[in-house]
Amino acid sequence: MTVVDTPLELSSGNGSTSRPFGVFARPTGGPGWRSWLTTVDHKKIGIMYGAAALAFFIIGGVEALLIRAQLWAPRGTLLSADQYNQVFTMHGTTMVFLVVMPIGAAFANYLMPLQIGARDVAFPRINAFSFWAFLAGGLFINSSWFLGGGADGGWFMYAPNSTVTFSPSNGIDFWNLGLLITGIASLTGAVNLIVTVLNMRAPGMTMMKMPVFTWMTLVTQFLLLFAIPVLTAAQFLLLFDRNFDAAFFDVSKGGQPLLWEHLFWIFGHPEVYLMILPAFGLVSDILPVFSRKPIFGYTFIVFSGVAIGFMGWGVWAHHMFVSGIGPVSVLVFSLATMFIAVPTGVKILNWTATMVGGKISLTSPMLFCIGLITMFTIGGLSGVTHSVAPADTQQTDTYYIVAHFHYVLFGGAFFGFMGGFYYYWPKVFGYLLNEKLGKANFWLMFVGFNLTFGPMHVLGLQGMSRRIYTYDAGYGFEFWNKLATIGAFVLASSIALFIFNIFYSKVKAKSLPKPGPDPWDSRTLEWMIPSPTPEYNFDPIPTVTRLDDFWYRKYGETEDGRLVRIAATEDVTQSAEGEHNVHLPSPSYWPLVAAVGLPIVGYGLIFTWWLCLIGGLITAGALYAWALEPADDPDAGHGAGHDDHPVAGAAPEADLVDADADAGTGAGANGEGADAGTNGEGVTEREVETVG
Amino acid sequence: MFDPEVGANVEVAHPTHDTNTGISNTKLGMWLFLGSECLLFGGLITTYLVYKYPLEGQGPGPDQLFDIPFTSASSFVLLMSSLTMVLAVSAIERGDHHRLRSWLVATALLGSAFVAGQVYEFTAFLNEGLGFTTSRFSSAFYGLTGFHGVHVTVGIIMLMSLLLLSLRGRLPEHRSETVEIVGLYWHFVDLVWIFIFAVVYLIP
Repeated sequence: MTVVDTPLELSSGNGSTSRPFGVFARPTGGPGWRSWLTTVDHKKIGIMYGAAALAFFIIGGVEALLIRAQLWAPRGTLLSADQYNQVFTMHGTTMVFLVVMPIGAAFANYLMPLQIGARDVAFPRINAFSFWAFLAGGLFINSSWFLGGGADGGWFMYAPNSTVTFSPSNGIDFWNLGLLITGIASLTGAVNLIVTVLNMRAPGMTMMKMPVFTWMTLVTQFLLLFAIPVLTAAQFLLLFDRNFDAAFFDVSKGGQPLLWEHLFWIFGHPEVYLMILPAFGLVSDILPVFSRKPIFGYTFIVFSGVAIGFMGWGVWAHHMFVSGIGPVSVLVFSLATMFIAVPTGVKILNWTATMVGGKISLTSPMLFCIGLITMFTIGGLSGVTHSVAPADTQQTDTYYIVAHFHYVLFGGAFFGFMGGFYYYWPKVFGYLLNEKLGKANFWLMFVGFNLTFGPMHVLGLQGMSRRIYTYDAGYGFEFWNKLATIGAFVLASSIALFIFNIFYSKVKAKSLPKPGPDPWDSRTLEWMIPSPTPEYNFDPIPTVTRLDDFWYRKYGETEDGRLVRIAATEDVTQSAEGEHNVHLPSPSYWPLVAAVGLPIVGYGLIFTWWLCLIGGLITAGALYAWALEPADDPDAGHGAGHDDHPVAGAAPEADLVDADADAGTGAGANGEGADAGTNGEGVTEREVETVG
Repeated sequence: MFDPEVGANVEVAHPTHDTNTGISNTKLGMWLFLGSECLLFGGLITTYLVYKYPLEGQGPGPDQLFDIPFTSASSFVLLMSSLTMVLAVSAIERGDHHRLRSWLVATALLGSAFVAGQVYEFTAFLNEGLGFTTSRFSSAFYGLTGFHGVHVTVGIIMLMSLLLLSLRGRLPEHRSETVEIVGLYWHFVDLVWIFIFAVVYLIP
């Protein structure tokens, strides 16, 4: 914090000539698209995560439609077997790594700092880097379509099928290197968001007063923090095998394919939970609003989430019941899998109990949340049957599994995200999405979803295999496949309706009154501030006294427990009017530049070595420039009045800048070895004399 | 601390951290990152344990190759570098910039000696017929120890960057935490080596 004001001295003193390393002036941002490239604002980064994820969602959706079109009738000829392998692999990879995970990151980035009353995340520049690295990795993976074809080994990329012998094209290299890059993004993001939750809560906001979404974000990011490196280790082995002829999965040299399976699923099962928990968090915050009741059993909801986070590490081998892991392992993992259904069941129960006796209003966010509860319950029930190993050996590799995980990931996670989109749209963009279209959107999606994935249960029980590009007539598969394909196109039209709604409502919003800070009469802190959220979030930073603090600023209870309004919403929300002299971290070029180097290294590893050097130099150079650039722009956002210092225990804006100035440490540790993050202007002339 | 009354910054040797945990963001971030690194090395160590012995007739195995006295000596060198790292942190906390630089150089040199020892060892093994692609053991061995060597090298680069900053006068006492955080990374890399040394070299 001592650093924060040194730029003031420098600007009036010797200026940049006295600090040769500090030549990298920070960009000033400004309006237009350039401000998005250099932004370190968690809200803009959150929006970019969401927009990029939706773009990838369309790509992954087209791949899904290709799969369903191919399976419309027996002996389909739309795709060859090889193309089909590529399409289903890339569909899975895209939906998991480039859609569901980043939408979770989008909500976490945008909402979590608002829910805990913070000005930004702990390391704003690392946050920008995480996004750009994610985007770079996603584009890198998808560029494989134009450079020899996509990966074809399934999203789990089992060995030895993933070795050069069985997959000689570069598709798997793109998959591998691209996911290493998005892994760096997830890891830096996880460090950033965990530190933010643990360190930067507003005064009075203890852990047990945090909204459930923030709790689930914390659990999710811890899962990422520990799961991603396991995948990274496995991917290094694959990288060395494919690109440097190592013997990790070379069966002729004693390489064990089972090792890949273990490493992949030790990552892969926590991955499942880190995809669903953000949606659980959203639902837990939305349901109470539209039931006008507090969440039932807040502590239970929170700790069942934490329990899922812990137990998620002990169930990975249920993906491997047919891999020959031995009866003891099968027994242990069967039992563990049965137990993990308990905390999940607790959540379902709590959500239901939240609605019981509440004044329910069936708005579109609420519909999507109820959709999640019902659809996830179906997916969860079919999931828990897989814990019975003999049943699982019958169902594994059939469409029954495909049905199960789409019910939890689409019916669970994605329905929750849709609810989140409808609920938070006014907060983020300043206008409400049209309710009628929203409800139509829900029903279309609900019908399309069940029409697509419901029949897959039947197909699976009839014995239709996954990952096979076609099927013969006469096994009874035709009818159910046709139904699923029709469903997939209904589902696609519901997404089109959502996108239409975005633009339609934006046009219509011009003639409608502004939604105001709190259009839904909500409970959590983010609804206390103007919509769309001002750049500085809160001014002043609120002091929190209890769970759902904002709600209890509006409502009190009579002696017999009835709700009474004690303050008008306008009186307890903050206003964007007037002067807000809040010191915010300056934008920076370097996160973007550092991220751009990564895919160049990737292309170098695949095609020609000298590109590695160029990419490595770009990234390393950017990390040094990052660490050495001035912490702050001396002229930006410095008003006279810092009237909003929180009382205690929070992170005033000074901390933001200080923390970020040291951010080089975290980034440097990514293996690039940038220096320890001392930033450019830490020392004035006076200090040089004393130390030199 | 920025003091709105005075309007200037009041420098303190040990900045207080107005965070909920009392730990600065950067330090907490480094701890979390190191937690994640544990799993990364965990994956690689597991791989080594699975592939500890090559298949019959596929090049030399660990019992024919390892020179335990030599590796013990280089391990000792690496462990001593943790001591010099602690002395470097203590020097800057006392404001002794000369000693800070000396100890940073000493730490970097000890680290370099360790890496040099590793390069020598790899060369010797290569001459005895253990290429990276020879067997599952060779891939796992070079993969794990090489990965650790890269971590030490990254640490050396961080130490040299600190030295450069200090020489330029950009590492005043109130930034001593930066040195401490690099130290955390350095100690972690040493600690991981203790595990690797025990698992790879000592346990038969």
